Amino acid sequence: MTRAVYLDYNATAPVRPAVIKAMAEALEEFGNPSSVHRFGRLARRAVEEVRERVAALVGARSAGVVFTSGGTEANNLAVMGTKRERVIVSAIEHDSIIAAAHDCEIFPAGPDGVVELAALEDLLARDPRPALVCLMLANNETGVIQPVAAAAEIAHAHGALIHCDAVQAAGKVPVNMEELGVDLLSVSAHKLGGPKGIGALAVADQVTLSPTLRGGGQERGRRAGTENVAGIVGFGVATDLAGHDLERFAGLVRLRDRLEKRLRELTLETTVFGATAPRLPNTSCCTMPGVPSETQIMALDLAGVAVSAGAACSSGKVESSRVLRAMGADEEIAGCALRVSLGWNSREEDIDRLVAAWGELYASKRAGALGLPAA
Amino acid sequence: MTGSKQKLPIYLDYQATTPVDRRVLDTMLPYFAEKFGNPHSRSHAHGWEAEDAVEHARGQVAHIIGADLKEIIFTSGATESNNMAILGAGRFYKERKDHVITCVTEHKCVLESFRQLEQEGLEVTYLPVEKSGLIRLEDLEKAIADRTLLVSIMAVNNEIGVIQPIQEIGAICRRRGVFFHTDAAQAVGKIPLDVNDMNIDLLSISGHKIYGPKGVGVLYVRRKPRVRLKPLLSGGGQERGLRSGTLPTPLCVGLGKACEISEQEMKAESERLRSLRDRLLKGITEQLPGIHLNGDLEPRVAGNLNLSFGHVDGDALLAGLKNLSVSSGSACTSVSVESSYVLQALGVPEDLGRASLRFGIGRFTTEEDIDFAIHEIVAHVRGLRKESPLLEVARKGADPKSMKRAAR
Repeated sequence: MTRAVYLDYNATAPVRPAVIKAMAEALEEFGNPSSVHRFGRLARRAVEEVRERVAALVGARSAGVVFTSGGTEANNLAVMGTKRERVIVSAIEHDSIIAAAHDCEIFPAGPDGVVELAALEDLLARDPRPALVCLMLANNETGVIQPVAAAAEIAHAHGALIHCDAVQAAGKVPVNMEELGVDLLSVSAHKLGGPKGIGALAVADQVTLSPTLRGGGQERGRRAGTENVAGIVGFGVATDLAGHDLERFAGLVRLRDRLEKRLRELTLETTVFGATAPRLPNTSCCTMPGVPSETQIMALDLAGVAVSAGAACSSGKVESSRVLRAMGADEEIAGCALRVSLGWNSREEDIDRLVAAWGELYASKRAGALGLPAA
Repeated sequence: MTGSKQKLPIYLDYQATTPVDRRVLDTMLPYFAEKFGNPHSRSHAHGWEAEDAVEHARGQVAHIIGADLKEIIFTSGATESNNMAILGAGRFYKERKDHVITCVTEHKCVLESFRQLEQEGLEVTYLPVEKSGLIRLEDLEKAIADRTLLVSIMAVNNEIGVIQPIQEIGAICRRRGVFFHTDAAQAVGKIPLDVNDMNIDLLSISGHKIYGPKGVGVLYVRRKPRVRLKPLLSGGGQERGLRSGTLPTPLCVGLGKACEISEQEMKAESERLRSLRDRLLKGITEQLPGIHLNGDLEPRVAGNLNLSFGHVDGDALLAGLKNLSVSSGSACTSVSVESSYVLQALGVPEDLGRASLRFGIGRFTTEEDIDFAIHEIVAHVRGLRKESPLLEVARKGADPKSMKRAAR
């Protein structure tokens, strides 16, 4: 049987074998980190070691790292916990940012997928109330990397705090919270080869955070609940591996470019979103004109290739991407988009399988459209 | 010393956390590796496989509390479940009803959630408990008013193990038209629970208290009559919009399996734990005078014992028990040895409260473990009392009869 091809790493990445091994061991060591006895102390030590490693991956101070149940909780905590009167978010933020801020103000993105900082500056200048600005580092659908450091300067110049959702960037490209100059930064383990159910919000020293989850006072009172020790241990191993493999990850750009080149060879009509902007090396968001995303995905799935139309959240309802529409794509084009995202276990043959299946579908659709028998 | 080769220290803190059962772990592992899909990816087989696994687990969890699987919302743990139930209901309904009721011995995450609701303008009644550790139903009846929205009373207390009269509380709440939430983190898998029979509207479950993994829990949310909640976590709209965030497939699967095992083994395991618990209590009290049981022995879950040791210094008590992993107070507060608020609420004097130990007995505790614990505690407490100025008790504890038993 041929290997199933998984090209949906931005939805979730397969867990690295070393992570699984470490977690299986950690699950058998079982103390509650808040217990004072030996079992508890061992668990506490494991948690604190990983805190340092996660801090190192994103250039944060370890005391500022708050473990959460994942990226959504980290983003929610940043938006709600900073308790700012205004929340200003980019049009391409993840739902976990937009939904967490009621009445958020939005600044737009250009057709290349990069946000427009002038619009952010206008919004900030217009109203002096304390604000939180949210700008992701890399977009989950297009992979486009955002000018976060510049946005941080603008935000700070207006007395605002800035949060950066680095869920899709951490472990894929170098991330340094200090260099970016952001006050809060979110990461998720399962996007970088770690387990689901664990993430972190890194918080700069000067930021006071009011918790979303209240209780036993864990995480220095910033996030209650018994720590997910095994998840944290797995996060640590994944963090190390991803940090170590950043250069290799950068090499995925060759596979990604090969994909886009081959698709363009099949049809010049394909659009690659954000192609002119700096992007993550692993992400390609492209269209098969005239063929709805849903049809493409199903056909590719039958051919054993897993991709997606965009974010993998919730209801499974198919609607065209908010992110692509924010870039000015009309309903029709956005409705034909496909997100291909590569990862640590992707190979050249995966790309070839995808291109072959995509090509076959395209040929049959074209033949159908022209009233010809399928080739 | 006993002659058996026991791995030290002996773990007797099953109310703080439990080891993951091997059977649970084996069920989880494939979902880390080859079955790693995002359960919300609707576009490919990886996602469907993960989704099927999550739904199967949802059914297993539903079954142990007699719920429908559509009423099961996965969370990151009981803290989140409790926060979500209390804050979620309070925030959703506060324009219509602005009074809520809980009890003073609830877990911190419940009490903190109520404190937050107070900040947000709701009125909270904190019911007292009797020396038994239980609330009085008359107090509850009296506290409920027309504007009462929610009653939250835990099923089993985490420190003293006593079982609140859930059935009766549920009946009262239903009759008075008030939602009933119960923190069942310490109860699920230990005592039979049925949300319909007991008229429970919201119920919190923890994975790691029932031999499942940490980082996962459940909130049961009744659908008929429907309880509505303002979500705590917003975003992708997972879990029917009530709880956003990618579901951790292996953790959900682990919790499901943990529920299935606990449900199957509950009856036999309770009997076994009760006999171990009784053995521990008898072993200690037969040899040591001045032992006080905190909370009534019945109704109490089988695996809990909370004892105070008279004429012993609290810090020295815990510090000297290197071979036993037990706790004083709940784990969340155990960084400092102080009389826990639960013991204070029972009216336990401060010195006795400080000199208390919680023994949590569980699935992997053996008779040898219990005998070893008895031996350690008796020897340690006798030693402390010998050094203590309160010698009259120490002398009593050193009578020849009990010396012989200890040396056995």
